[in-house]
Amino acid sequence: MDYDLTEEQELFKQMVREFALEEIIPRAEEMDEEGEFPYDIITKMADLGLMGLPFPEEYGGSGADMVSFVIALEEISRADASLGITMEAHTTLGSLPIYYEGTDEQKQKWLVPLAKGEMLGAFGLTEPEAGSDAGATRTTAELDGDEWVINGTKCFITNSGTEISKVVTITAVTGMTGDKKEISNILVPHGTPGFTVAPPYRKMGWHASDTHELSFNDCRVPRENLLGTRGGGFRCFLKVLDAGRVAIAALAVGLARACLEESVKYARERVQFGRPIGKFQGVSFKCADMFMEVELAREATLKAAWLADQDRPYSREAAVAKLFASETAMRAANDAVQIHGGYGYIEDYPVCRYFRDAKILEIGEGTSEVQRIILSRSLGL
Amino acid sequence: MNVVVCVKQVPDTSDPDVEVHIDSSGKGVDESKFSFVINDADNYAVEEAILLKEKHEGEVTVVNIGPEAANQVVRMALAKGGDQAIRLDDERFAFSDITATARLLASAIGDLEFDIVMTGCIASDDGYSAVGVTLAQMLDLPHAAMVKSVEVIGDNKLKVGRELEGGLLEMLEIETPCVLTIQTGINEPRYASFKGIRAASKKEIKVMDLEATGLSEDQVGEAGSTAVMVEYSVPVVGELAEILEGDAAETSVKLSGILKEKGLV
Repeated sequence: MDYDLTEEQELFKQMVREFALEEIIPRAEEMDEEGEFPYDIITKMADLGLMGLPFPEEYGGSGADMVSFVIALEEISRADASLGITMEAHTTLGSLPIYYEGTDEQKQKWLVPLAKGEMLGAFGLTEPEAGSDAGATRTTAELDGDEWVINGTKCFITNSGTEISKVVTITAVTGMTGDKKEISNILVPHGTPGFTVAPPYRKMGWHASDTHELSFNDCRVPRENLLGTRGGGFRCFLKVLDAGRVAIAALAVGLARACLEESVKYARERVQFGRPIGKFQGVSFKCADMFMEVELAREATLKAAWLADQDRPYSREAAVAKLFASETAMRAANDAVQIHGGYGYIEDYPVCRYFRDAKILEIGEGTSEVQRIILSRSLGL
Repeated sequence: MNVVVCVKQVPDTSDPDVEVHIDSSGKGVDESKFSFVINDADNYAVEEAILLKEKHEGEVTVVNIGPEAANQVVRMALAKGGDQAIRLDDERFAFSDITATARLLASAIGDLEFDIVMTGCIASDDGYSAVGVTLAQMLDLPHAAMVKSVEVIGDNKLKVGRELEGGLLEMLEIETPCVLTIQTGINEPRYASFKGIRAASKKEIKVMDLEATGLSEDQVGEAGSTAVMVEYSVPVVGELAEILEGDAAETSVKLSGILKEKGLV
């Protein structure tokens, strides 16, 4: 048993932490307020290899392990959860399906520029009528000669409408096997006639991230845009979601750590009744609990990432990490605002933003309820 | 253009929660709660060395005096583009002053083929600003201190800008090989990329102990020093000064009370 990061992982953590401190934190408040998508920061992250961490160098990636990926995500999300989700969705949802299922030609065409950070990746799974019930997918793709004709709507799709969003992988029903829907993944390049990106959502948080509804009306793409096998879509996105959940857990650890650090700082500075409020157990115990939960959430996340690096099954651990870390982030944000009192409710202090950024973590990439379903099923219930 | 760059690992003083306490020996500070980083000016020196290498080819050698834990700053310099490194590590090097430190560096650098030796212009922990120039003296080389710009203008010639008071830049020509002490702000230090970090773990860090330096025991550490550390002390409170006791939160309350009382706010 060895709890130490390798020297390489330690150095990498230090580098990303410095980068986040110097390049992201000073901009986070303004980006949130303006809803600004930070192309320049994405470019810098790409130069450092942060936009294609887990992919092999031959496909433009960094060849990093999953542990390094979650280390980086924690540090980036500590600075700004919006950038955290941009990096997370790009790497796991947007790029992993192509890495897992793509032909070499598809990988050269799409994965290489994605891993280099020249393009942003997006994955269209959720629909207005198919959220947790992904099997209820209504979007259809019918083969007409050598083309797929796609019709349907996808919602809440991260990274789907930026200037560097060039392709989205969608799930679509491509036929029926008996009475079961045959769900497949299809690559749809931006600019394809019939593919429309709606204006951005007005979200509670994650203001500097890019989220849109996508609609497909007789949208035609070549037959070779099928990703993986016909009917293999469900299995593929379950695999992608396992990695995505570990990554969301890392994002949540970063956000919870931000709540902790800001709370401790404030509890030391803020004086009431003649002493810093951190001297009152009502406040200090909240901070102690926050610290404990951040530590535990990180351990759970690293364990799931480590299992993935060993090529061992990690679905259950991914669910544990995602569930615990996201709920930790929400509790931490709630307590951080409480510790800040009235100041926590105004945007002059970052905890206000953290609170708005936290809630989605219990929803995206499998709600807390879905994680509990996964875990209870793994217990045979 | 071969450049040797000297880097020092120092406590991270950017963290406002770091408190400095004198240790029980009285000759050091309690470092148990410190985190360590590369000295700020040295970070700029590393970047300048790598920029020169990228423009004029050659190799960058990173030199450090420090324990194994200092590998962290050495590896980061290698990850940014350094080619190889030397770490001088021996218990007998402890308490080396400027002279002994420069002598140690000279012993490691003297045998290398180089055009420029760079150091940071000041260390953020002891603040002597003297190792670079002392090193130049020991290597019998010309030097320029507080360097804010470097330009190669000939086979053996550099044009360097030295920062003077009031933002004045003194431009001078200097022949190589030479020693430059680099001022912060000369460039924008890069971040190491993931691939750079991975590559760095395969680069050699040669460790030299006293025997490897060829120096004798009385040339290093306290014995080899012209200035010997006697003790650290906290300044005595003057009669006109009032030192506020307590942590930041308590003292700020007291301070605001005094300012109000005196009608200053």
